[in-house]
Amino acid sequence: MSDGIVNIEVDGKPVEARKGQMIMEVTDEIGIYIPRFCYHKKLSIAANCRMCLVEVEKAPKPMPACATPVGEGMKVFTRSPAAISAQKAVMEFLLINHPLDCPICDQGGECELQDLALGYGRDVSRYNERKRVVKDKDLGPLVSTDMTRCIHCTRCVRFSQEIQGLQELGTIGRAEDMKISMYIEKSVDHELSANIIDICPVGALNNKPYRYSARAWEMEQRQTVSPHDCVGSNMYVHVLRGTIKRVVPRENEEINETWLSDRDRFGYEGIYSDDRLLSPRVKQDGAWEDIGWDEALKILAENLEGAGADKTGILSSPGATLEESHLLARLADHLGTANIDYRIRQRDFSDQDNDPVFPWLGSTIAELEASDAILVIGSNLRKEVPIIAHRVRKAALAGSKVSFVNNDAFEYHFPVEENIHDGGLVKQLAGIAVAAAGKKKLPKPVGALVKGVKPRDSQRRIADSLAGAKHAQILLGLIAGRHQASSALRALVAAISELTGAKFGVLSEGSNSAGASLAGVQPHRGSGGHKRKAAGLHAGEMLDASLDAVLLYGLEPDYDICCTDDAVKKLAGQKFVAALTSYNSDALQDAADLLLPIGTFAESAGTFVNCEGRWQSFNGVANLPGEARPGWKVLRVLGNLLDAENFDYQTSEEVRDELRDLLGDIQPDNRYAGKKALGKVNGADDPDARIDIPIYRTDAIVRRARALQLTPEAQRSAYEGG
Amino acid sequence: MDRVRSFIKTFLLWELWQGLSVTLRSFFLPKVTLNYPEEKAPQSVRFRGLHALRRYPNGEERCIACKLCEAVCPALAITIESEVGEDGTRRTTRYDIDLFKCIYCGFCEEACPVDAIVETRIHEYHMEAAGENIMTKDKLLAIGDKFEAMISADKAADASYK
Repeated sequence: MSDGIVNIEVDGKPVEARKGQMIMEVTDEIGIYIPRFCYHKKLSIAANCRMCLVEVEKAPKPMPACATPVGEGMKVFTRSPAAISAQKAVMEFLLINHPLDCPICDQGGECELQDLALGYGRDVSRYNERKRVVKDKDLGPLVSTDMTRCIHCTRCVRFSQEIQGLQELGTIGRAEDMKISMYIEKSVDHELSANIIDICPVGALNNKPYRYSARAWEMEQRQTVSPHDCVGSNMYVHVLRGTIKRVVPRENEEINETWLSDRDRFGYEGIYSDDRLLSPRVKQDGAWEDIGWDEALKILAENLEGAGADKTGILSSPGATLEESHLLARLADHLGTANIDYRIRQRDFSDQDNDPVFPWLGSTIAELEASDAILVIGSNLRKEVPIIAHRVRKAALAGSKVSFVNNDAFEYHFPVEENIHDGGLVKQLAGIAVAAAGKKKLPKPVGALVKGVKPRDSQRRIADSLAGAKHAQILLGLIAGRHQASSALRALVAAISELTGAKFGVLSEGSNSAGASLAGVQPHRGSGGHKRKAAGLHAGEMLDASLDAVLLYGLEPDYDICCTDDAVKKLAGQKFVAALTSYNSDALQDAADLLLPIGTFAESAGTFVNCEGRWQSFNGVANLPGEARPGWKVLRVLGNLLDAENFDYQTSEEVRDELRDLLGDIQPDNRYAGKKALGKVNGADDPDARIDIPIYRTDAIVRRARALQLTPEAQRSAYEGG
Repeated sequence: MDRVRSFIKTFLLWELWQGLSVTLRSFFLPKVTLNYPEEKAPQSVRFRGLHALRRYPNGEERCIACKLCEAVCPALAITIESEVGEDGTRRTTRYDIDLFKCIYCGFCEEACPVDAIVETRIHEYHMEAAGENIMTKDKLLAIGDKFEAMISADKAADASYK
């Protein structure tokens, strides 16, 4: 027996197992299925459903496989008469109180209890007494309940304790009277709460927006990637006759594990909003008119050709796919303009030349878990990137020292070392930088910022925790990216990371900021980070300039543009504005002269590059509404009309591969390149500035997702006018 | 000898008389031909004809949109759409049967957990315009309402064999 390895026998087959493993873990690895309800590989072991009873040699009674550690020479029988009869007996007990309403249960057809009842249930019930009935709970607009169906596996309770860190559900009463319940009636509000739908083995907790609208067996399961944050969670959409009915997580241990944030799960509802743009429209004498694609593209091409090269501007969205971004950048090159930008939520562009090739996390998402000190700056982490917040939480629970520097005291459900939320981000960071430097000299760019700064104790503790850690990680969040003095924040974080040896990572807007940067949707850089000869107007300047033609791609000026105030009014003042958009919003009608309908992420093929630089391609999964077309196809035809060279792409893969070849082997590097000293930014560092964008207002699709907008979280932000 | 016998039989039209004797016998036997449509043949209570959707005696639709009939239908003749009904129950918003696709196998009736979809004994129906082959939910419920007496009597008669 080598160290840590024990030899056991399962159903007569010799198997090597690691010491301390449970029987269930071993059998799962070798593909022997033991029935289970309460066991879940990501949750703690409860052993309360008793369905996994197996026979173990020399044990007096059947043992629960999920909670029995393996031992040397152990002989396990999973299908012996004793094991089967124990499992059948447990199943009979479980079915005593379970209602026979499978025909109206949404879990029907994909129900663990239903499947196992087929194998282990009796055909006729021996139970003639009254069945238990439990009153349903109202868990809010996302999760529907049928509590009579509950078999008390407590997966949801353990999920809320262990994964959310916010115990929303618990058990009340015992034996026959045991109930899963809130302590005080309220909705489940955590940003990962809807995962209880997936882990519930029966139909007690179900998907409310999906309720009763389809059955598991009639839908097609198609792969896609989440478009709502820079994580790019992997998901499956379930499609019935071309319409998305629901979204479930696609397991990817490196990104979202088995979880999915509520925003990713219910965001799809926004695709079926009433204000989808169904046909190209043109504004004629102040009135909107539907026109055909040929005519619309002709108008657009004429206006783009007629505009002067430096009088043309392209504003794209950080949610546009890599293919769309690449084609936009190529069109800009063809038109001879460098006025192209996707950074519509950035306010400070002063050190854009020092930006890394693309905004990068500094490590992989999975590596965050192994960090032993994490400093998060300017980020409402849980709401911005729920999946990364979960990784940070795991790190914190494993002993990592997690600190926050913010403008607001956000709530965290894990031990936080320091939570600084006063005095402005720049000043706080300057303090940490000075503390980290000690007697060493700080680099030149931050010289002016740290002048006369004396670190406070909390700042010192953060600097020490970073310096003393083996794998320290600094994350610059979305609030920091939108900050008036984000250049100063970047320079300071770069200095701190250099002094402490911590990895420097950035969270980025939208689903594809990294891809848009790589594709060259920036005024100062072309594709692959190659510097342009002359920088064009950046997003902040573009709308203030007087342009002949502006092209808006996949964005809503009233919500998505933060780089300048009064974007709608400024756009309305421009000579010609065309918008390629999925939605026909009032603001777009005010701002634009021509609207072209394009598909959302669900309806067109594309690629998102997530914050770790991972390229994830997906296909269109749902039918396009009306006359809408995939964005990359519209851009391709536009390129043909403008006589652009080599614009004969047949597939989106061709576009992607062309860019990939162009990029070669690009390695992201977050080291700060600038040597120039940054000026004073005190005026811009307003500690009270509220530049947080609420979780359910981040993009056009989410803003229209009905169920998400009904959540207390969304209602709260609507009330505050956020 | 055989040739002589064969010659005599042919000469006397023996086989013709033999055949006519059958006709003569039938002349006096009871008649089985029905004067359809004035007269109709008896039907089994299990006859599988036109479909109907039933209601409970209080007027509530039986169908709970479980879609088992849609799943079991070998001809893919049934199309169902469902959502949460006004009273919070599972209800169909669309229930179409394409009579051109239907092969009248009765599996839908067999699969239904609430005896909502049934095949009645109605076998005399026709379509005059394109699209009439689609039996919508309203049409099916109307048939169910009209022939409920017949359907429930048939179900009762067959119940002991199920």
